[in-house]
Amino acid sequence: MAVKDLFKQELKIINMGLESFYKDLRSQNVSAVQVDWKPKAGGNTKMASLLGKLKKNQ
Amino acid sequence: MIKSVIRKNAYYDSVTLMLISRELSKMPGVEEVLAGMATELNLELVENLKMVTPELDGLGPNDFFISAKFDETQTSIEALEKKFFELLNDKKSHSDGQYQPPTLSSALNHLPGANLAQISVPGKYAAAEVEDALDAGLHVMLFSDNVSIEDELRLKQKAVEKGLLMMGPDCGTAIINGVPLCFANAIRHGKIGVVGASGTGTQEVTTQLHKMGGGLSQVIGTGGRDLSEAIGGLMMIQGIEALIADPETEVIVLISKPPSPSVADKIYAIAKSSPKPVVIDFIGGNAEAIRAAGAYPCLSFEDAAAKAVALLKGEKVKDIDGINLPETELEAIIDKAVATLKPDQTDFLGLYTGGTLADEAMKYLGESFPIYSNIPLSPEMAIEHLEGVHGNICLDLGEDQFTQGRPHPMIDPQTRTEFFVSHVDEKTAVLLVDVVLGYGSHEDPAGAVADSVAEIRQRLGKVGKQIVVVASITGTELDPQDLASSTRKLEEQGILVMPSNAQAVRLADRIMQKVLKGV
Repeated sequence: MAVKDLFKQELKIINMGLESFYKDLRSQNVSAVQVDWKPKAGGNTKMASLLGKLKKNQ
Repeated sequence: MIKSVIRKNAYYDSVTLMLISRELSKMPGVEEVLAGMATELNLELVENLKMVTPELDGLGPNDFFISAKFDETQTSIEALEKKFFELLNDKKSHSDGQYQPPTLSSALNHLPGANLAQISVPGKYAAAEVEDALDAGLHVMLFSDNVSIEDELRLKQKAVEKGLLMMGPDCGTAIINGVPLCFANAIRHGKIGVVGASGTGTQEVTTQLHKMGGGLSQVIGTGGRDLSEAIGGLMMIQGIEALIADPETEVIVLISKPPSPSVADKIYAIAKSSPKPVVIDFIGGNAEAIRAAGAYPCLSFEDAAAKAVALLKGEKVKDIDGINLPETELEAIIDKAVATLKPDQTDFLGLYTGGTLADEAMKYLGESFPIYSNIPLSPEMAIEHLEGVHGNICLDLGEDQFTQGRPHPMIDPQTRTEFFVSHVDEKTAVLLVDVVLGYGSHEDPAGAVADSVAEIRQRLGKVGKQIVVVASITGTELDPQDLASSTRKLEEQGILVMPSNAQAVRLADRIMQKVLKGV
């Protein structure tokens, strides 16, 4: 979606990371969902990158 | 006694952990405590604090630990753990109890029509998440820092290809469709569009616009490195083009620290072809080149806001470079302030939580007297070159060197509170501070400054001294921390509260000029 089209839409936000940002959005009644994020592959970046490649090839 | 407790596969975000660690450190008998994820950085911190225990062996970034040094007659590791989870539950209970999907793809199913991902995970994991978000067609606000410039370039190229925004990394502020993202103020809706490469500079321009009666269509952040040679202004260009195409936007404002010259030329060329007026504050950018592009150069963030509002109203555009007070009244304020000082008080100290506001202060004050900093105007003025402990200093307390293992001072005033104690002394004449309100910021930054100034007044009062404190508030009456009560808290401590950072800086300069003349 082009940027100019985003400007015409209701903002719907996926928040990943600091939960305080999500709370700020919800306090303003903005449509948002908080991802229960944790590092992929137990924080092993090499393994996470391999998993990412596998996912893309699926 | 040094002990640790661990929980494998329990992930909590860094800001939550740092805030809770600080609460735990206030418990009786606790000398030092760190509650964190077992990242390399945190394990190094524990080692530096000499709190390593065998339990920490083999832990990874998904494992949580508390390590503490404490007096066992007063507390126990179990008591600390119990308190941790109480504080965590307390924080969680303010949440709305909504289901939290574990991945981006499940979040997309959960929120049909999602159009923006706001990402603030630790930097080393951020690029992969941004890539997935862009692939899913989402615009991205990337708050995380520590993302490599190679990743930034690749992700921005992908975003441009797809016609998406990729605001960041290290992007602190944006307002899209009226929604403040990360650290942003509540500003009325209007016809001025902003593209900003520096967070608090953008916050200052937007709050000034609001105070002057203007309003915002969109604020697009780019991250601080966007105008570097390597990135080439990809997101600022994308942002300007979007604002040109946006029927609501009538005036465009661009904010950045000085860009690389070739990128600046690119931006000026786009400004030249823009059918809408463009106001540019690149803090020390080339005014002639900006004028030649048919755009409007600025003297300060306040000036940028004033010019944008004047252009919108069809009024004559003029430079704003003074203090909004009649000269006689101003003289009286300065004389009264200087009269409270003793002859050996000659140091200037600026303690900023907003980096770009510190930049603006130094650019102006640096013309009057040498000023040392952790973000110096020129390399020889780096703080490590300051001999002894006295001199004129201006610090950006949000820089990495001050935020290792603790939240940014806009979130938690503690770092600056400590600097008020350690750096304000009998030699200090003028103390200059910023107070940044808005979403993301601490719930009462003005109250924290007021408390510190009360402590300073009491401490220096014992040796028969006072200091002059000048402040400005980056905020509006619509922000969650009320602007009026914030102003009142500062004024009750005798702080001179100015309507903008630029005016606070000019007043501090006028007072320092008089102080230095008296030497």
